Amino acid sequence: MKILVCISNVPDTTTKITFTNDNTQFNTAGVQFIVNPYDEIALSRAIELCEGGKGTVTVINVGESQTDPTIRKALAIGADDAVRINRAPRDAYYTAYQIAEYAKTTEFDIILCGRESIDYNGSQVAAMIGEFLDIPSVSIIKKLDYDGISATLEREIEGGKEIISITGKFVASCSEGTAEPKIPNMRGIMSARTKPLVVVEAKEIEQLTKVQQFETPAPRGAVKLVPAEEASKLIDLLHQEAKVI
Amino acid sequence: MSVLVYVEQVEGKFKKSVFEAVSYAKAIADQQGSSLAAISIGNVAESELKALGTYGASKVLTVSNDQLKNFVNQAYASIIAEAAGKENATVVVLSNSFSGKGLAPRIAVKLKAGLVDGAVELPQTASGKFLVKKTAFSGKAFAITELTSAVKIIALNPNAFGVKEASVDAVVEAFSPEVKSTDLNAIVKEIVRATNKVSLPDAELVVSAGRGLKGPENWGMIEELAGLLGAATACSKPVSDADWRPHSEHVGQTGIAISPNLYIAIGISGAIQHLAGVSSSKVIVVINKDPEAPFFKVADYGIVGDAFEVVPKLIETLKAHKG
Repeated sequence: MKILVCISNVPDTTTKITFTNDNTQFNTAGVQFIVNPYDEIALSRAIELCEGGKGTVTVINVGESQTDPTIRKALAIGADDAVRINRAPRDAYYTAYQIAEYAKTTEFDIILCGRESIDYNGSQVAAMIGEFLDIPSVSIIKKLDYDGISATLEREIEGGKEIISITGKFVASCSEGTAEPKIPNMRGIMSARTKPLVVVEAKEIEQLTKVQQFETPAPRGAVKLVPAEEASKLIDLLHQEAKVI
Repeated sequence: MSVLVYVEQVEGKFKKSVFEAVSYAKAIADQQGSSLAAISIGNVAESELKALGTYGASKVLTVSNDQLKNFVNQAYASIIAEAAGKENATVVVLSNSFSGKGLAPRIAVKLKAGLVDGAVELPQTASGKFLVKKTAFSGKAFAITELTSAVKIIALNPNAFGVKEASVDAVVEAFSPEVKSTDLNAIVKEIVRATNKVSLPDAELVVSAGRGLKGPENWGMIEELAGLLGAATACSKPVSDADWRPHSEHVGQTGIAISPNLYIAIGISGAIQHLAGVSSSKVIVVINKDPEAPFFKVADYGIVGDAFEVVPKLIETLKAHKG
């Protein structure tokens, strides 16, 4: 089997988020970039499914050359090879189109993504790829069994789960539970340097959304402390002052 | 020109998040001076459909087809896109629910429409641009996003807009689009839903606990407190990583982001990744024995104290109020 895994290059989860140019651009100064944590889960499940020579995993990223270290990290975790579509991603529609166009030129069985990227928090790319390729997509899965032909997926729903079966190609976006994220070992890190990373050019398509400006949340007022021995007063405050209960 | 809102039914009923989406879509229709149509897929009683008029839907299209009893995003997307065309909709609104997240992107591709998910406010159109504010960087920021396409799709975050009544008389109309067999390749085998619990993503009140609880055996009091408040339960990442609680309860940057009216954090220190997922809660209460816990800096109310002493007191007080 052959699995394509889409990976996004995002700021580390501990990053303090600031903006420049009159709040129109994310300030990348001093920011460490990582493989999007949900994409890492998707990658880890793909590697598990292909273990023991059952298949190969190709990671695919839409980005310019500065994302190469993130792609190498994915190779170190255990992907077999990588493709980078050489253009800064513009929006989900643009990114999904690039991946779908690449998928049309290659053999693959399934495509896995993370449930969302932790920067723009769109949960859009996976389902958009599905639509561009006219194949099923399942968003926000927490379990995936796949034998190369048929799959059983568990999808998150409000207050529960839905179990879905699909035969044939599909796209899924993975959340926690799908796999334990794998950590690269020394052998993986060494071999990542020599694994193939193919660069292909992007295709033209318009973007449909554009971030005009960022805002940071308004700071909260000072905390009102209630002494522990008078804990019951908290209930009164929430009822009478905050009016939330 | 019109606005179309997709109303997601669960076992034939609509939840509060749907009434919120309808209220939001009605406000956009008013901005535009156009009318609001809703589309429902699955078996829903006429009285339920009619009730959408309470929130401003003057027309409700209903698709009742046994093949579509369960959610299949491919087929649902085809139908909603077709309805958008039929209604000449320039804006399509959905709830940013789990199903909405799987559906909206497919509709966007079909209609070549820009999509904003995680919207938190009404569009701003005064500048001549169509701008929508959405959460970004997992709650650490907001992104004002311009939609440049002719048709625009917005997926609204739960609890962001509120339910607003705008009573009109809703006309219910059967809609029977053709369903392609290739749109039905994903088959729902089973649905497991806990009926006795408040669902976390759209909960108005949330009680959450962290490592300070010391072990999964101590969650009884958290569930009791949540039960008394009618709140959903949640937890921090270390707790779900240790399998004390299911992953579906993990809120934070790599879990789910929530924005309830009240978030009570018990024994959670408030790491930046956790704060990211909960900082848009309207009121935050922190209970922690460490007065230096970073969570107090973003809290509205706080108690410095041992959870094992404080929580039983809260339970006792609530019981006394109820009794």
